[in-house]
Amino acid sequence: MHSSNLQTCGSAPVLKERGQREVFCGLTSIIWLHRKMQDAFFLVVGSRTCAHLLQSAAGVMIFAEPRFGTAILEETDLAGLADAHQELDREVERLLSRRSDIKRLFLVGSCPSEVIKLDLSKAAERLTKKFAPSVRVVNFTGSGIETTFTQGEDECLAAMVPTLRESSERQLMVIGALPDVVEEQMRSLLSGMGISNVFVLPAARHEDDISVGPNTLFAATQPFLGETHSALLRRGAHHIAAPFPFGAEGTTAWLKAIAGAFQVPEQLFEDVTAAPYARAKKAISQAAAALEDKSVFFFPDSQLEIPLARFLTQECGMKAVEIGTPFIHRPLVQPDLDLIPAGPTVSEGQDVDLQLDRAKEQRADLTVCGLGLANPLEAEGLTTKWAIELVFTPVHFYEQAGDLAGLFPRPIRRRMILNQEAAE
Amino acid sequence: MKLTVWTYEGPPHVGAMRVATGMKGLHYVLHAPQGDTYADLLFTMIERRDHRPPVTFTTFQARDLGSDTANLFKTACQEAYDRFAPEAIIVGASCTAELIQDDPGGMAENMGLNVPVIPLELPSYQRKENFGADETFFQIVRTLAKPLGAKSVEKTKHITCNLIGPTALGFRHRDDIEEISSLLSDMGISVNVVAPMGATPAEIARLGAAHFNVLMYPETGESAVRWMERELNLPYTKVVPIGVGATRDFINEVAQITGLDPVVDESRLRLPWYSASVDSTYLTGKRVFIFGDGTHAMAAARIARDEMGFEVVGLGCYNREMARPLRAMAKSFGLTPLITDDYLEVEKHIEDLAPEMILGTQMERHIGKRLGIPCAVISAPVHVQDFPARYSPQMGFEGANVIFDTWVHPLVMGLEEHLLHMFRDDFEFNDAAGPSHHGGHALGQTQTQPEDAGTNQPAIEPQSAEIIWLQDAEKELRKIPFFVRGKARRNTETYASERGVSHISIETLYEAKAHYAR
Repeated sequence: MHSSNLQTCGSAPVLKERGQREVFCGLTSIIWLHRKMQDAFFLVVGSRTCAHLLQSAAGVMIFAEPRFGTAILEETDLAGLADAHQELDREVERLLSRRSDIKRLFLVGSCPSEVIKLDLSKAAERLTKKFAPSVRVVNFTGSGIETTFTQGEDECLAAMVPTLRESSERQLMVIGALPDVVEEQMRSLLSGMGISNVFVLPAARHEDDISVGPNTLFAATQPFLGETHSALLRRGAHHIAAPFPFGAEGTTAWLKAIAGAFQVPEQLFEDVTAAPYARAKKAISQAAAALEDKSVFFFPDSQLEIPLARFLTQECGMKAVEIGTPFIHRPLVQPDLDLIPAGPTVSEGQDVDLQLDRAKEQRADLTVCGLGLANPLEAEGLTTKWAIELVFTPVHFYEQAGDLAGLFPRPIRRRMILNQEAAE
Repeated sequence: MKLTVWTYEGPPHVGAMRVATGMKGLHYVLHAPQGDTYADLLFTMIERRDHRPPVTFTTFQARDLGSDTANLFKTACQEAYDRFAPEAIIVGASCTAELIQDDPGGMAENMGLNVPVIPLELPSYQRKENFGADETFFQIVRTLAKPLGAKSVEKTKHITCNLIGPTALGFRHRDDIEEISSLLSDMGISVNVVAPMGATPAEIARLGAAHFNVLMYPETGESAVRWMERELNLPYTKVVPIGVGATRDFINEVAQITGLDPVVDESRLRLPWYSASVDSTYLTGKRVFIFGDGTHAMAAARIARDEMGFEVVGLGCYNREMARPLRAMAKSFGLTPLITDDYLEVEKHIEDLAPEMILGTQMERHIGKRLGIPCAVISAPVHVQDFPARYSPQMGFEGANVIFDTWVHPLVMGLEEHLLHMFRDDFEFNDAAGPSHHGGHALGQTQTQPEDAGTNQPAIEPQSAEIIWLQDAEKELRKIPFFVRGKARRNTETYASERGVSHISIETLYEAKAHYAR
């Protein structure tokens, strides 16, 4: 046990595990990316399993003809790669002739396409030439042998970075897909501070107007964007490290780091943030009462675990028992780790059976986990929160702080109000 | 390569998972990358299971590919054996592991585990979920079922049967087992083993003790019952008891196999009277489109025509394995069968047929929602709604009652339909309000369909560009209640095009109405 309060998770040793991982693959990111990028189509080159995953993970199917699909590999495609490329061209042609609304086509690699070494970058190059200028074709991997869940978005954004126009202008780029309403709130906070040269990657429509260069500063709204971070550094851009904008404190710290980089006067920063900060504080305090002194155990899922543990411990009075995350990308999450008091086990990777043993032994007041584990843990009397909801719900910035805090007490409250004993 | 938007069936290893998860004391070691673990949530969320499926995934990663995925498999297999202490293990590969050719079956067999190890060969790039379940269960039976006379396997003294086919994540399998068990018990037959659902490997060994097999679901049990017929001398039933007529046929078939009287208690059967009672008059000749797995689609077609008085206008299934019997049935109905697993093709077919009702899967339910056609669900693929808390079988007499209710529910009630015809322009009691027993039709509510706003008004979209609706006729068409408007439009346009009429007037509308009057 660390005796000093100054000790944080930032310098704590990490438990690294390798065993069965109970996580989604990166293809799952397509579920929200295709809603965000409204002129894009995501064509997975994979197997029936990939198609089945997308359909199952979407849960409620988006039953207008969706802007994603799977080109399912068949026996003949496995036999000859040349044929596979021809087949792919044929399917793409058929798709684009039917869907003139598509301006960006993403060829998404999967486990099988990678194992047979089907080179999608070559295909993307070939198809871009063929369909320029009306459609731009880009490839990235969402395969489960390379990526976990949200890393699909990371790969997608990183794949777009080399295609961005070069610019030497001083500007702010914000990376990470956010719901439109949240993105608007963010832009309005930034423009209130006089920062108006702001680009968001990914953009709702094709990214031609986004540029990057040595005078570009960038900040991330999602912790899982490690590859995008590296790709932007390679383009000469500079990262503004900060805690992630969850809750009142996280949002303020995030904005403060940007304000510092853009020399925003202290008073102006105060003027812009004071009211929403106070609102967020108030909203959080209402939801957080039920969380005070409760313990929380995170299974690895979306990489949001570290920033959310920071939010729950620092702003909601919870105690973290274990913070499991699929992957720790220090340049992005170090500021959050530094704000979490030492104590919890920080684990990277997974051996799900061992981790379940720990979770059942610890019996935290709230266990945050994936859908495959939630009901079995509930059946053992644990209270769980589905991690996937944290990815799909608008939870960033001041105005969503109360909603974010509200997600956690709900399962606890439900367990308290259900009374199924027979009446006396 | 084939572009797929939605799939009716998962890959074959998901079928194997349905067998493993249905059984007890069996463990499945699956060589697969991490993403494939998504399949767990099908069982824990859709079926609300309170245990994780008994499946260990090796979850190999890219960096393992160059080194040693085989060792990874052996470690995972050994750990699963030590931790879960199963009575038997099934071993296989998902689509990606199939490509790296580690031969998990061979490895597991050579590990010296103290339980039967059953290797599975499920070709992921050719076959699908139902095949996977059928083949897995067949391999389990072939390996574990003992011949008659082996230790502890003697024919039961009284007449017993096995119920074959139900799996985890099956459409109403849980309740069908109960219904069929009680039906058979009425005849004096008890159940020896239900499998795969609920069976342990030890019980599989005792399958041969029964006198015959009931094949509940050909999709998942047919290979096994055929093998048992050959090797264990167990006859099996061919009729699937879904619907009143089929249930009676099934009872007769069982009587024939066993020599028992075909006498069962029918006092709880309500479908025939409900169908005959006058409120059901409005069901007469409703044009229905039927699609699902072969077994459920064929059963639904018989019920729709013979027991509900519908007109079946389309019949199809997504599993090619059932194509032959379904084709034969479609032919006897005078229909062209639709055998496809392409969701968009099914949608197009429904749009063209413009039926008044769809009997389909959850996928067709969404098609119906988009096209404004009522839909009742009759088959997998399943959805959380297909696992109701209440007893809700499809088979047997209670199943027939459930089917009557389920199929009538999406429709406007008989008396209400009558009133809507009378008061169709009434400001409150009009057809835009929808069936009165459904919520969600409040005034001013608009459905949000951002990707397909164009299909909200199918009523006035002509079938072909050559036909034009004159304004008065269009207005008149809108006065026709929504649940028959589609038919009226279709009939009028067909009538017009057959007569070379390009502009539809009120006259044309009523001439067509008179022409099609029945």
